[in-house]
Amino acid sequence: MDFILQPWSWYMSGIVIALVMFLMLYFGKVFGVSSCFRTFCAACGAGKRIKYFDFDWKSQLWNAWFLVGAIIGGFISAHFLSSGNPVLISDATIADLKNLGIAAPTGMQPDELFGLHVLASVKGWLILLGGGLLIGFGTRYGNGCTSGHAISGLSNLQLPSLIAVIGFFIGGLIMTHLLLPYLLP
Amino acid sequence: MKALKFIFVGIIFGIVMSKSEAISWYRIQEMFRFQAFHMYGIIGTAVTLGILIVQLIKKFNIKDYAGNPIVIAPKEKGFVRAIAGGTIFGLGWALTGACPGPLFVNLGYGFLTVGIVIIGAVGGAWLYGYFQDKLPH
Repeated sequence: MDFILQPWSWYMSGIVIALVMFLMLYFGKVFGVSSCFRTFCAACGAGKRIKYFDFDWKSQLWNAWFLVGAIIGGFISAHFLSSGNPVLISDATIADLKNLGIAAPTGMQPDELFGLHVLASVKGWLILLGGGLLIGFGTRYGNGCTSGHAISGLSNLQLPSLIAVIGFFIGGLIMTHLLLPYLLP
Repeated sequence: MKALKFIFVGIIFGIVMSKSEAISWYRIQEMFRFQAFHMYGIIGTAVTLGILIVQLIKKFNIKDYAGNPIVIAPKEKGFVRAIAGGTIFGLGWALTGACPGPLFVNLGYGFLTVGIVIIGAVGGAWLYGYFQDKLPH
């Protein structure tokens, strides 16, 4: 049982993610999460005034069910499958992050960014809300995220997906190396 | 129940993403600093097997559970939207340490503040819809 409680290796993870992609295809859908943000806007009635949201969102409910499962899966991991050990990132990363004011990991996520205390800080809200805005706008503009482009799209040898994944890294490197030092609390 | 099979696949996804630490902000920082192989190993293994799976599906005309042929619609073309949208998403990915799937896994894991990121993402999708006609694609 111990191997389940320990963090899983990259190859185990890669194999299971490919299995997830296959299962979605087998169930007649294409694995891709970010379209759920569009579905959610449409379900809230945004289709009345904006054409992008005027579609049969009920046909996309399967994606919402997938996300319900993802939430349950996260809950199961945290409560039944976790050893509670900190994330085992490299010493070089720990040193870099220390310079940015982020302490070495004590769990899955940095308390500096995701602890409940950020609710009392304007900067904390701006990072989370602003980061979300970039994710939602970028994935809909680019027509996919890590699941739809990097996994499903690249698996299907789609050129737009390769271009988008290059974009993911351009944006990620700019944020990590140029902007983050000014943004972190 | 149609929904159950998607919930089931979602649960597998949620468990594997959290057990391999791919939902962690630390791991995404480590990836964008090229300081470990972990995330590249995950994505590389998934894509390599994914290419193999898709090729096998096409070669043997594998059907889905309902007996229909499995068709993967090609992604819409458009260089500007792919590179610009991708870059904007990349900024958000590195800032919050989560792509859309892991946002929901994190919520289940107990990080309730991630709900703010999800609300922001829905707002971002709305902004895209609002400005869609004015953006270059």
